[in-house]
Amino acid sequence: MRIPIGRKVITYLLLILAAFLIFTPTLMAVVMSFMTNQDIMTGSLPSAFSLDNYRRAFEQFPLLHYLINSFLISIIIMIGQLVLASLAAYAFVFLEFKGRDFLFYLFIATMMVPFEASIIPNFHTIRDLGWIDQYTGLTVPFFAMAFGTFLLRQNFKQIPKELREASQIAGMGDVKFYLTVVLPVAKTSLITLGVYGFLTSWNMYLWPLLATTNDNVRTVQIGLRQLQSQEQMNDWGVIMAGAVIVIIPTLILLFLGQKKLQRGLTEGALK
Amino acid sequence: MTNVTAAIAQEEQILFEQTKRKQRYRQFIKGVLFLLPSIVLFSVFLFYPLLRTIYLSFFLTDASGATTVFVGWDNFVTLFQSTIFQQSVKSTFLFVLYTVPLTIIVSLFLAVIANEKLKGIGFFRTIFSSTMGISVAAASVFWLYLFHPTIGFLNIIMEVFGLEKIGWLTDPSWALIAVSATTIWMNIGFTFLILLGGLQSIDKYLYESADVDGAGYFYKLRRITIPMLSPTLFFVVTVTIINAFQTFGQVDILTQGGPQNATNLIVYSIYREAFTNYQFGSASAQAIILFIIILFMTIIQFKLGERKVHYQ
Repeated sequence: MRIPIGRKVITYLLLILAAFLIFTPTLMAVVMSFMTNQDIMTGSLPSAFSLDNYRRAFEQFPLLHYLINSFLISIIIMIGQLVLASLAAYAFVFLEFKGRDFLFYLFIATMMVPFEASIIPNFHTIRDLGWIDQYTGLTVPFFAMAFGTFLLRQNFKQIPKELREASQIAGMGDVKFYLTVVLPVAKTSLITLGVYGFLTSWNMYLWPLLATTNDNVRTVQIGLRQLQSQEQMNDWGVIMAGAVIVIIPTLILLFLGQKKLQRGLTEGALK
Repeated sequence: MTNVTAAIAQEEQILFEQTKRKQRYRQFIKGVLFLLPSIVLFSVFLFYPLLRTIYLSFFLTDASGATTVFVGWDNFVTLFQSTIFQQSVKSTFLFVLYTVPLTIIVSLFLAVIANEKLKGIGFFRTIFSSTMGISVAAASVFWLYLFHPTIGFLNIIMEVFGLEKIGWLTDPSWALIAVSATTIWMNIGFTFLILLGGLQSIDKYLYESADVDGAGYFYKLRRITIPMLSPTLFFVVTVTIINAFQTFGQVDILTQGGPQNATNLIVYSIYREAFTNYQFGSASAQAIILFIIILFMTIIQFKLGERKVHYQ
């Protein structure tokens, strides 16, 4: 169907205007990160382009260290979630046993408990385990994930039951079937879930704020908070450079995986 | 003779039952083993903490979180009498009211215009979804600049138009609006992406037959797009409401709950009560109230959703 020219023009105008409005805060941050502080304070247009803010952000703050921490933590959480969610989804699809439905409802129930409502005992648990300022304390509480389990369950259900029956006749055990048939078939969903897990872990805020007290394991989000609160009044260029560094990995991931993520999330949302 | 066959048959029956039971038992163990990691973690970091929070809400605690005095419902009674907590609840509901409808309307508008088959549409989709990749901390820092009283972009614009400068984050009547604006902006990426996915899954045939009947653009929008999109809309509304109740990062960076507690949203209030005032009992009572609100919202959503939502 052809779109009438008038509507085409209006749509383009709306698209451009909306894109401009949505992207302005990000764009301003990027531009400011290359500006001199004097230009920022006087509100003038950039008179010079410099990487000085980035150099100073890395020199004055252990930003590289924060970045490495965030990477490690996000990747550990991502792997943990993929393993646990795929194991659970496998049980819900391919194994039949008493109490399965009850456990399934238990998984649904977990989605109704906001993490924020249970944060106080969780903090005490982590403290008593000696997991404050440890990667374990920052990652293990997030491994189990109902949403991921449901997403993969939807996907595993599309694998024909006959395939499992045939493999059973051939004497293939559940673990082998899970590893050699189910996981490869569900590759796309696993990647989607992985990207989603990485994005949300990288962007975590409240928990890393509570579970870290020093620079050793601090994530880049909390690092940005430090940077912002210490430099608040004067050095906007450095703060913006820090913020831009924080968003680059997730933006790249998002741009690469946008289509898959969209399809995957919509599927998971509407089971 | 018949007795012997009967005995054999019975024996076989027993053996059969036994193997069946054994097999069933093995199946059960296997199922539980596959689920065990998740169950253990859910128990330790979700179910236990929930019960523990309920328990703590009836006690006073020392600074390490150990219970000292049982006070019954006192924590709750004190909370409901406290003007600070009343303010916090009021701000939280206002915040939900400010953010949820606008997030949905703006995202839906963006999804509808980005669903047209035009050249370069991928670029616009990428831009619209970009805020999903921006963390709370980064987004708050961006807007902290926009709201800056003297060099901030918003006040520069106000000045250009000859309007009076606004203390976005320091004026109690503006601060909650400022935090809401930041939140809406942050939410747009995710909501847009989900709604676009919903739009793309609507059957093209419906539009084609409407075209044959000569239906106009807005007629199709109202009669096909919105009804067919309702399951997705329903999901997005629920998620946005729940997220709004859990807001923390924006408040922590932009306003720290101020000015005059105008932006002391409930999660921030819990955080402050527990980790700066060390009143774990009172903080737990607030956490329970948050839990009940969210549970209630979810149930209402499901009940309303069942009736109003059009499933294919």
